[in-house]
Formats: sequence, structure tokens, C-alpha cells
Amino acid sequence: MTDWFLQQLINGLALGAIYALIALGYTMVYGVLRFINFAHSDVMMLGAFAAFYLTPPVAGMLGEQSVWTALVVILLSAAICAVIGMTIEFLAYRPLRKRPRLTVLITAIGVSLFIEFTGQHEKVFGAATKSFPKLLPSRDIVIGALHLSSNDIVVLVLTAVLLAAMWFIVQRTKIGMAMRAVSYNEQAAALMGVNVNGIISFTFGLGSALAAVAGIFYAMRAPGIDPLMGIQPGLRAFIAAVLGGIGNLPGAALGGIVLGLLETFFGGMPGLSNYRDGIAFAILILILLFRPAGLLGKLQTEKV
Amino acid sequence: MLEVRDLHVNYGAISALHGISLDVKQGEIVTLIGANGAGKSTTLRAISGLVKPRAGVINFDGQNIAGVAPHVIVGRGLAQSPEGRMVFANLSVLENLRMGAYRRKDTANFAKDFDYVFSIFPRLKEREQQTAGTLSGGEQQMLAIGRALMSKPKCLMLDEPSLGIAPILVQTIFEKIVEINRELGLTILLVEQNANLALEVSHRGYVLETGRITLSDTAEALRGNPEVQECYLGGE
Ligand SMILES: Nc1ncnc2c1ncn2[C@@H]1O[C@H](COP(=O)(O)OP(=O)(O)OP(=O)(O)O)[C@@H](O)[C@H]1O
Ligand SMILES: [Mg+2]
Repeated sequence: MTDWFLQQLINGLALGAIYALIALGYTMVYGVLRFINFAHSDVMMLGAFAAFYLTPPVAGMLGEQSVWTALVVILLSAAICAVIGMTIEFLAYRPLRKRPRLTVLITAIGVSLFIEFTGQHEKVFGAATKSFPKLLPSRDIVIGALHLSSNDIVVLVLTAVLLAAMWFIVQRTKIGMAMRAVSYNEQAAALMGVNVNGIISFTFGLGSALAAVAGIFYAMRAPGIDPLMGIQPGLRAFIAAVLGGIGNLPGAALGGIVLGLLETFFGGMPGLSNYRDGIAFAILILILLFRPAGLLGKLQTEKV
Repeated sequence: MLEVRDLHVNYGAISALHGISLDVKQGEIVTLIGANGAGKSTTLRAISGLVKPRAGVINFDGQNIAGVAPHVIVGRGLAQSPEGRMVFANLSVLENLRMGAYRRKDTANFAKDFDYVFSIFPRLKEREQQTAGTLSGGEQQMLAIGRALMSKPKCLMLDEPSLGIAPILVQTIFEKIVEINRELGLTILLVEQNANLALEVSHRGYVLETGRITLSDTAEALRGNPEVQECYLGGE
């Protein structure tokens, strides 16, 4: 029983870590622009595809399944997605900055569908599932009855490092301070000399880079990748961001972990696995009924 | 130092400023008085670049800054403490002051400038680690002014520093405004509804009525003007 529990715990944490990485992007963009970037989950998918195409050439230079190959592929994919995220903001959202939020929201859904359907085109990625290359040598670590995949451990450790790095950037650097200032009041930030467009761009870049990493981690655990692979984890991560308190970074991380654990535990219970989403979401609704602003969110009370 | 010529500003189809002109010279405190909705804040917002003027020229330090992005204007030495204070409630007092110095590269001088702000507003020193949202209205106003000072401006614009603040604190804040002007030689453009107080501390003043300048004179003369007395000084 305890083995089963530990096993689910590790699985749940690894899955939750991935949700957390995606949720950070949703919540950061919400923080500066107050809207949900529905195309975020597709950027995650693009991260997985970038890694899919980059792995063979990089492995050719640095060796199959080597740590260096993995590192270079992850960094390059993150950089590519950062550029894609900033481009989406520049082309699709920036011209609508002064328009009602709903306009931007619908545009975001449009961008998302555009990426998904373009990706499915046979001349692009194609709709069929592709098997994701092995980035790292994966080993099963057996402790008693416990089977842990080394990939899960890597995902957990790297996510923890990334979360800490994000916290540092937002709380301890000048650009992070500007992000928080823009999030509170864009005009006041501009009056301090902050280039608001630059900060918004940076926020999209950062969120998209994290999404790319999440996409790769997700692909490492999934049977394969396809242009619609972002939808499911994207939805979960969005809910994780709301659960944690939208706009709140530690909240997004916590929400992701909670969601990953719920999903894994209920999915792993015999007889309950078919209901796992139902149960997970019912719990979510309950939490939000009692804490409408999310686990760590504060209800906005603006002092004028 | 600051010359505004024939400035027009629209909000959509509504015209808020229909051609105003004003001057602020080096070292002066100039005040802009006017009723609610006259366009005082709009004037400051246009000068800071927050709204784009439809027409007109804004010369600051010899350069036309009309239509230039707000963050660039701050970098040129024109700071504003906006209406309603707009301190970053989610940031600490110290971080708010650092935000004021956002465009400065000379980090070595920050400590000295923090000390100056704390010397004029000792309350802020006591609360430096607190988040700004927990400050009282008057303290937030001090912070907004201190934050603007941290950019080391050549000219400082203050939009209704007395708004919603206890009378004793208003007195203190105005004393400090005069002190900043004298000690740093800082040029100040002040917007106020409390015309009495504003004219007391200023050298010159302009009266703004629904988007037009209707009077301009020395503060002394404006205080003696019967029309101004009736409309803005509570008719004595
Ligand atoms: N964002 C806006 N959109 C449309 N109209 C606006 C906007 N901001 C101000 N106005 C209008 O422009 C005019 C001038 O407003 P402004 O805020 O400059 O007045 P003010 O002199 O600062 O008034 P107060 O003393 O109340 O602060 C008003 O008629 C106001 O309704
Ligand atoms: Mg005003």
C-alpha cells in the first residue's frame, strides 16, 4: 500500500510539475494583460515538435541520449518558443491592447485554432501521432516494490530548479520588479520609465520558454506527439492557474501539483480511473466555492 | 524649461483640451487651477506622453516631446506624480522608490537619494519594508512624490497632491514641495483643486476652464483677482 502510494506520489508530482510549468505562463500573461492566452497550450506543443526535429541533428553532433544533447535541445526549443510567443503577442494581441478583453480572448482562441490546424496539415507536422525520440537514457530505478523512472526524477528536479529561478527573476531582479509594477498599473509603470511593451514581450517570451520545456517533458512521458497534444494538459494547466489564484506565481505551481496529484491518484484507483477527471474537477469546484480567488490568490481590493 | 503651445487633446470624439499654451521656467513653481473636468490631468498626461496630443507642441529642455513614448520622456528628466497617487500597492516602499529610479544607470548614487527622500519624508523610512498598499493615503502621497524624485528629474509634475488626505498632512506635503523646490532648485508644475494652498506656494499660475486657459498671472495677482476669488478661493 505504501509502495503504491509512493509510486502514485512520484507520478503525480512529475505530472503536476509539468502542469505547473505551463500554468506559470498562463498566470504571468494574465498578470500583465488580464486575459487568458489560449494559444499558450499550442506553444507547448510547438516546443515538443521543435525538440522532435532538433534531436536527430543535435544527437548527431553531441551523441545519442547524452545529457548535453538533451540540454542543447531543451534550450534551443525554449528559445524558439520564446520567439514564437513574443511574435504571437506582437502580431495578434498588441494591436488589440485598447480593445475590450473579450475581443482579445476570442483572438487568442483564433490563434490557438490556427496553430492547431496549420500543424495538422500534411506539409507541416501532419495529424498522425509521431513517436518522440528518447532524449535521455531512461532507467528504471527499483527500490523494493517501487519502480521509478529516471525521467520522472529529472523532470521533478528540473522543474524545481525552474520554479526557483522564476521566483528569483520575479522577486529579486529589476525586470521582475518591472513585471510586478506593470501587472499592478501599466500607466504608473510607464511613468517610472518602464517600456511597458518590452516587459509584456519579455513576459510572453519567458512563459513560452517554460511551455516549451513543459512540452518536452510531457512528450517524454507520453506515447507520442501530435498537433493537438497541447489541448489536454493546457486545459489542466489553465485550471491549475485558476485553482492557485490567477496572476499568482506560487499559486500556479501549487495548483499544477495539486491537479497532477488528483489526476494520478484517482486515475490509479481501481474502479475510479474512468471517473478521475470528474472527481478531480468536482474537488476543484469545491475548492473554488470556498476560496473563489484560488488557493493563494487574494481577492482584488484596489485602494484608490 | 517647459513650453506648451496650442495643445489639443481628444478622447475619442470628445475634445478635452482645445489649444492650451503655458510656460514653466527653470526653478519655478507653477500651478494649474481649474474645476473638475477642466482638463488639468489631461494636460499633465499629454505632457508625460500618456495620451497622444492631436495637435500642438510640447518643448522640454529644447526638444519637442509631443507624441514621444512616456518611458522616454521620464528618461529626459520629466517626472510625474499622477492623480490618485498610483503607488504600486503590491511592491514594498523601497521597491516603489527603486521603480522611480528605473531608468537611471548610476546605481552608486541611489543610497544618497534614498536618504534624501527619507530625510524629507521620515515616515517612509519607518515603513520601507512594508507593502505600499498598507500605507495611509497621506503616506502613499509622500511615496508617490518620493518615487518621482528618485528619477532625479529636471522638472516634476504633481497632480492633486492634496486629494483625499487629512488636512494636517496636506500642510506637511505642501511645505515639502516648497522645500524640494528651494533645496534642489527643482522646477515644479502643480495641479490643484485646492487653489488657496496652491497659489500660496507657487510663483505663477494658470486658470484652466473646460479645456482653455482663461487667465495667467503671478500667484500673488491671481489671489487678488476677484473672479478667481469667487470661483476658486471660496469667495471671501
Ligand atoms: N479616458 C477618458 N476618456 C474620455 N474622456 C475623458 C477621459 N479622461 C478624461 N476625460 C474627459 O476629459 C475632460 C478633462 O478631464 P481631466 O481628468 O483632465 O479633468 P481634471 O481637470 O483633471 O478634473 P479633476 O479635477 O476632476 O481631476 C473631462 O470632461 C473628462 O470627462
Ligand atoms: Mg484631474
